[in-house]
Amino acid sequence: MSGSTGNIISTILGGLGATVTAAAGGIALTIVLSFLAGLAMLSRSRTVRFVSRVYVEGFRGTSEVVQLFWLYFVLPALVGFKLVPLFAGIIVLGLNHGAYGAEIVRGAVQSVPRAQQEGAVALSFSPAQRMVRVILPQAVVEMLPPFNNLFIQLLKSTALLYFISAGEITEKGELLRPVYGSQLVLIYGVELVCYLVIAIVITVVMRLTERVLARRLGRQPPKRDKAFARVGVTT
Amino acid sequence: MTWHWNYVAESIPLLLMGLLVTVELTVLGSLVAYVLGLVLALLRRARIPVLSQLVYLFIEVVRSTPLLIQVFFIFYLLWPALGVTPSAFLTGVIALGIHYATYTAEVYRAGIDAVPKGQWEAATALSIPRTRVWTGIVLPQAVPRVLPALGNYMISMFKETPLLLSIGVLEVLNRAKEQGAQTFQVLEPYTLAGILFLLISYPSSILVRRLERRVGQL
Repeated sequence: MSGSTGNIISTILGGLGATVTAAAGGIALTIVLSFLAGLAMLSRSRTVRFVSRVYVEGFRGTSEVVQLFWLYFVLPALVGFKLVPLFAGIIVLGLNHGAYGAEIVRGAVQSVPRAQQEGAVALSFSPAQRMVRVILPQAVVEMLPPFNNLFIQLLKSTALLYFISAGEITEKGELLRPVYGSQLVLIYGVELVCYLVIAIVITVVMRLTERVLARRLGRQPPKRDKAFARVGVTT
Repeated sequence: MTWHWNYVAESIPLLLMGLLVTVELTVLGSLVAYVLGLVLALLRRARIPVLSQLVYLFIEVVRSTPLLIQVFFIFYLLWPALGVTPSAFLTGVIALGIHYATYTAEVYRAGIDAVPKGQWEAATALSIPRTRVWTGIVLPQAVPRVLPALGNYMISMFKETPLLLSIGVLEVLNRAKEQGAQTFQVLEPYTLAGILFLLISYPSSILVRRLERRVGQL
C-alpha cells in the first residue's frame, strides 16, 4: 500500500517540471506579447492598430483548446515538422494569454493621468522617453494585479497540455488512473496541491514586485489581505 | 496539405451538430453557475460560523485549480463514490456550472456590496422582513449591475467547453476530431471549429460591451 502511495506521489511530482516550465515559458511569452500588442493598439498608425486588434480578437474569440489542437495537429501538416509538445504548449499559452494581457497593458497606459503626458511634453521629452520614463513606470504598477490573475489562469491552462501529451501533472495523473483506480482521492489530491502551491508562489512573487515598484515610485505599497485570499482569479 | 472546399461542405453539418451541443452545455452550465453562484455568495455573507469559512475555502480552491481536473474528479471519482452514472454531457454541465459559480459568487458579492448602505438602513427602519429586504430591495438593485460580468463568464465558459472532449462529450472540437480521424484531413475541421467559436464569441463580446456601457450609465 505505502509502495503504491509513494509511486503515485513521485509519478505526479515527475510532471511538476513540465508544468512549471510550461507556466514559466507561457508567462514570459505572455509578457512580451502583451506589451507588443498592447502598445501597438495605442499606436498612431491605423495599420498597426488594426493588426494588433486582429491578433487580440482572434485569440480571444477562438477557444484555447482549439488553438492547441490547431497548432499541434494541423500546423505540422502545413509546415512539414512537428513541434515538441511542451514547446507547442508554451506557444499556445503565450499567444492566448498575450491577447488578454494586451488589453491590460492598453488599459493601464490609458489610465495614467493626461497631465503626466503633458508634463513630459513640456519638459521636451521625446515620445520614447515619455513612454519609458514617465508613462510605463506608473502603468506597470497598475498592471500587476490583473497580470497576477492572468498568470493564474495561464497556470490552470497548463492542464490542457494533457491533450498533446506534454508530460505535465494532469497527464501523469491520468496515466496513473487506470492502474491505481482505488486511490483516485490521492491522485487528484496531489495534483490539486501542486497547482495551489504554484498559484501561491505566483501571487507572492507578483505582490513583492508590486511592493518594490510602488516604493520606487514613492507610493505607499498597497495593503492586502492574506496571501491565500488573492490566489483566486478575476472577479 | 491543401484546402478542399467540398470536404468543408461535407464537414459543416457534423460540426453544426457539435456546435449545438456546445451551446447547450454553455446555456445549461451558465444557469447552474448563476443560481449556485448566488447561493454561494449568500452563504458566504451569512456569517454562519464554519460554514461561511468552508464556502470561502471551496471558492478559492475551485478557482485556483484547473477545470480539466475538476471534470476528471467528478467523472471518475465523485460519480462512482456516489454510486450514480450520469452522462458525460451532464457531468460537463455540472463541472462547468460549479467552476463558474465560484466566479459568479464573487461577482454577486461585488454587486451586493455596491448597493448603498442607506437602502439597508431604510429597510431596517421600516422593519421589512429579512427575506423581503433581499428579494424586494437588495437583489433587484444588485443583479442588473452585474449582468455584463455574468455575460462575460458565459462567453468564457463557451470557449472552455472543448476540454470536455476528454470525457467524450460530442461538442464541436470532438466532432472535428472525429471527422479528422475518419479522413486523415485535419486542416479543414479544426480550422472550421475555430471559425465557429469566433463567429459566436466575437459578436457576443460586442453585445456584452454594449450592455456594459448601458449599465455604466445607470
